[in-house]
Amino acid sequence: MIEWRDEGIVLSARPHGETSVILELFTRDHGRHLGVVHGGTSRKKAPMLQPGNQLDAGWRARLDSHLGTWSVELRRSRAAGALADPLRLSALASTCALAGFALPEREAMGAFQTRTEALCDALSDGEGWLTDYVHWEVALLEVTGFRLDLSACAVSGGANDLAFVSPRTGRAVSRAGAGDWASRLLPLPEMLIGGVPTLAGAVEALGATGYFLTEKLAPSLGARPLPAARGRLLAALKAEV
Amino acid sequence: MDATRDIEELIALMARLPGLGPRSARRAVLHLLKKRDGQLLPLAQLLDRVGRSVRACLNCGNLSTGNICALCDSPKRATGVICVVEDVADLWAMERAQVFDGRYHVLGGTLSPLDDIGPDDLHIPKLRDRIAAEDVAEVILALNATVEGQTTAHYVASELAPTGVRVSSLAQGVPIGGELDYLDDGTLRAALTARKSF
Repeated sequence: MIEWRDEGIVLSARPHGETSVILELFTRDHGRHLGVVHGGTSRKKAPMLQPGNQLDAGWRARLDSHLGTWSVELRRSRAAGALADPLRLSALASTCALAGFALPEREAMGAFQTRTEALCDALSDGEGWLTDYVHWEVALLEVTGFRLDLSACAVSGGANDLAFVSPRTGRAVSRAGAGDWASRLLPLPEMLIGGVPTLAGAVEALGATGYFLTEKLAPSLGARPLPAARGRLLAALKAEV
Repeated sequence: MDATRDIEELIALMARLPGLGPRSARRAVLHLLKKRDGQLLPLAQLLDRVGRSVRACLNCGNLSTGNICALCDSPKRATGVICVVEDVADLWAMERAQVFDGRYHVLGGTLSPLDDIGPDDLHIPKLRDRIAAEDVAEVILALNATVEGQTTAHYVASELAPTGVRVSSLAQGVPIGGELDYLDDGTLRAALTARKSF
């Protein structure tokens, strides 16, 4: 029997049979991991399994290749903190949906997991969550193999007057370096290179990360569409601008 | 097992019902067969009748035997307030509690990427039509206190904003009979945020 304990964020819980659910956790030491929670639809367990919540979880299976079962205990209820705020709630739903969509299964991602926990904490009751969210999407692209290199111009190597991103390589390009190619490049949102965080800036930044999520990441995962939750977050932010 | 194919099929069908498995379905079918005149035939007739006559109310989405359900048709129900619920089970729960005497609107689900339910699958346009047609002053969003439920509530509220109708939602906090010691931190936080003068 294989058995371990870990701590992680609830990404999703989908019904399995009448009373059980298949719980998807983003754990600290075992990455994105699934398992069955028996009685997961019960009044006692269902509130624990809301996306964004922090659980202490034990996973158990006869063979490593099996789906296995979880025994869970609530460590922190983050979902409750975000329920009243439509933007925070949309961002929390988008975070969990994107992590479930993009991350490989059973692959530990220590630093990114810590970052995701910090983002979920900020979404629950912290400040500066919008900036954290935008940079989290950039980090998500990086851990999935589509790093945006926005530190220097891909043409000149300089770090000044960066104004564009190459849609092909994800590298920054300065205004001078772009030259006649400027029309073929994506505008570089200031928020991605340390600009002042604003709602309009966040919409612009999410437009850029959205391009790479849609055009680069999604095709590499079998051309599945991005989770609808991300689109709703973008729509909610646009409505606020 | 000495049984005809029809009985086996009946058991298999019963076993797919919520709360029943193959063993309990077998017991139920055996029981029905023993009480043929008293239970099996009346049940079969009723299932046939319900299967043919019950449909969704064209106004609110509640189950009904006609085009308009008894709740929408009743002159005793208050007009001007609509309680929005996720599905018919929630409507029945509200009716069992006898805490609301207005009209309902069944949304038909919540926004759920896992179940592939998007905004187009919810009955929001009909709700907008009703607000205008029934001179509605308030819409109460009685949706689950879950991420999906509240995401849907915020979406519906934003969709109704242009109508100018007052939109409210159910309170969240300590359940009646609940002990603080046993509540999770999220529920406690929601209860504290929604505290009221005493």
